[in-house]
Amino acid sequence: MSEAPAPVPVTVLTGYLGAGKTTLLNRILSEAHGKRYAVIVNEFGEIGIDNDLIVESDEEIYEMNNGCVCCTVRGDLVRVVEGLMRRPGRFDAIVVETTGLADPAPVAQTFFMDEDVRAKTKLDAVVALVDARHLPQRLKDSREAEDQIAFADVIVLNKTDLVNEDELAQVEATVRAINPSARIHRTSRAAVPLDAVLDRGAFDLSRALENDPHFLDHDDPDHVCGPNCDHDHDHHGHDHHHHHDHDHHHGHDHHHHDAPAAIHDVTVKSVSLRGGPMDPKKFFPWVNKITQIDGPNILRLKGIIAFEGDADRYVIQGVHMIVEGDHQRAWRDDEKRESRLVFIGRDLDAEKLERTFKACEA
Amino acid sequence: MPTVAPLDLDGHCLAAAFLGDVPVFGLASGEVVRLDHGTQRHDLHDGLLCTAKSPDGNSLLTGGEDGKVQRLAGDGTITEVRGQHRRWVNAVACGPQGAVAWAEGRTAQVMTADGKIREFAEQRTIEGIAFAPKGLRVAFARYNGVSLGFVAGTAAPLDLEWKGAHQAVTFSPDGRFIVTTMQENALHGWKIDTKPKEEFKHMRMTGYPAKIRSFSWSRKGNWLVTSGAPSAIAWPFQGKDGPMGKAPKELGLRGDTMVTSVACHPVEDMVAIGYADGMVLAVRLEDSKEALLRRPGKGAITAMDWNAAGRMLAFGSEHGDCGVIDIAV
Repeated sequence: MSEAPAPVPVTVLTGYLGAGKTTLLNRILSEAHGKRYAVIVNEFGEIGIDNDLIVESDEEIYEMNNGCVCCTVRGDLVRVVEGLMRRPGRFDAIVVETTGLADPAPVAQTFFMDEDVRAKTKLDAVVALVDARHLPQRLKDSREAEDQIAFADVIVLNKTDLVNEDELAQVEATVRAINPSARIHRTSRAAVPLDAVLDRGAFDLSRALENDPHFLDHDDPDHVCGPNCDHDHDHHGHDHHHHHDHDHHHGHDHHHHDAPAAIHDVTVKSVSLRGGPMDPKKFFPWVNKITQIDGPNILRLKGIIAFEGDADRYVIQGVHMIVEGDHQRAWRDDEKRESRLVFIGRDLDAEKLERTFKACEA
Repeated sequence: MPTVAPLDLDGHCLAAAFLGDVPVFGLASGEVVRLDHGTQRHDLHDGLLCTAKSPDGNSLLTGGEDGKVQRLAGDGTITEVRGQHRRWVNAVACGPQGAVAWAEGRTAQVMTADGKIREFAEQRTIEGIAFAPKGLRVAFARYNGVSLGFVAGTAAPLDLEWKGAHQAVTFSPDGRFIVTTMQENALHGWKIDTKPKEEFKHMRMTGYPAKIRSFSWSRKGNWLVTSGAPSAIAWPFQGKDGPMGKAPKELGLRGDTMVTSVACHPVEDMVAIGYADGMVLAVRLEDSKEALLRRPGKGAITAMDWNAAGRMLAFGSEHGDCGVIDIAV
């Protein structure tokens, strides 16, 4: 048998109506980046450049018959991706645009749960476009807007020209409160550099979190901690990730810690855990159990785990009940060998997670 | 010994069919190759997605990414059944007396030989279509079951409900059973020849390690043979209640690869089994006796079809190494 060709990367583009998905998509299709994209959309709408491979597809959520309520896939994607992959060579990557009200989980899970789709493609990243001006209203109206932010690897904070600095800082703090681990890009007219949203490898265990040297510290790779800068999150107690703003973008405005951000209408929270080297015999059963029991409430989980006596970093990530992990690379001498894990979801019991996580330490 | 006449084509072969005695190969690109006094090539579609052979065995109905529905006859005549359209045609089916059907998204069109079209609108995407053997009824597979409608008239289709995503659908040759393949690795069936007012009986056929992409009824409809396992799985349909409470037969078991395509012989109770490594075996249903028809090739067997006499077998693969096997001794 011939060897399987490299899996085709898939970028999922989410965002509420009017957040700028079409503008970004048109840029992906028209800019000279030397790559050809197949685009799967719900409606042709205003997208459309001749000769591009654009497939219209009705979003079809299929529940799997395994008794698990969160095991859903996009049935139409299974079919369309299979069709596309029978004629490889026409495109280098796939972009899936979801409707404004879409739940991103079934889209992402399709690329893990369907064996044929999984064999031929790989999820690259979930990108959420957020309308900086209308986000507060969106969060009031809909749970979907919040889910899209919570689920994203990359968040494009768009239409920043329509708000003032204070409003923008507030919106960014809200986004950060929902999702502490995504990369945020501020922009207007969806003018974000395309390499910030494409080919991210966010689900690639060999690359995941590698782009984020300060995973769970700061989202800014240029950020360098000063001697007086205390970023040890453990000092903040258990609920420090919720309704709490670590805004490290603008000169370490740590005074934000004292001024609680006015974040209403947010039901998603994150729980960030830190610990020392873990015992794999305790950690794996724990993470399996947690995701089995709390899977429906866990939107995403990501982490870097240090195992006792193991020279390599172990990277783990999950979507609801699906958890994947692998050794990534050796710990560098200058790296602190600690385990870091973030859960993003609803109704998470931070105290229990922290206590049981700590119990897995070697 | 069987002899193989290879035919190397470019790309994934979606369909192999004998139209009369002419072997025809449909490629995912939309090109269809006919072996009729040399290699004849036809550009039927910009992207081929689905095909169905007519019950008389003389034509192939095709649906494409270009939204077209085409009919190709063995002599190469092409009839455009429906012109270009913006949506992919996900399923096509042929019934007796020249009836055809196709589906895109949640809508299906059924066209009888007189050119009359009846449209069916479903709540969910139609993944598969099948005509009943007599052609009076038509079944649409979709999420959470099958819709069973009459080709003529205006009555709403009957809802055969079973949770989950149903993909391809088929009637048993005697019309007593409807069987679907599912997104999970299973078949589901309904016994539909029940007394009036009595509920249809369900049949669950599970235990497959992979998705079922290929199925074939044996010549008298006694067996339904499927892919989706390291052996071909043959479910007994001789009895009144079909396979319920009976174990299936496993044919042509191999330890290191999977069955990807099956085609029952038209004259004898025998099945051609195609594997993921390109091997093709012929296996008799009665005693599981095996004969090698083709050694492993470049890729998984994706399509097979016997000619009416049962002497020749056309096969296609996902990497385009296709051909015709002559089993005459």
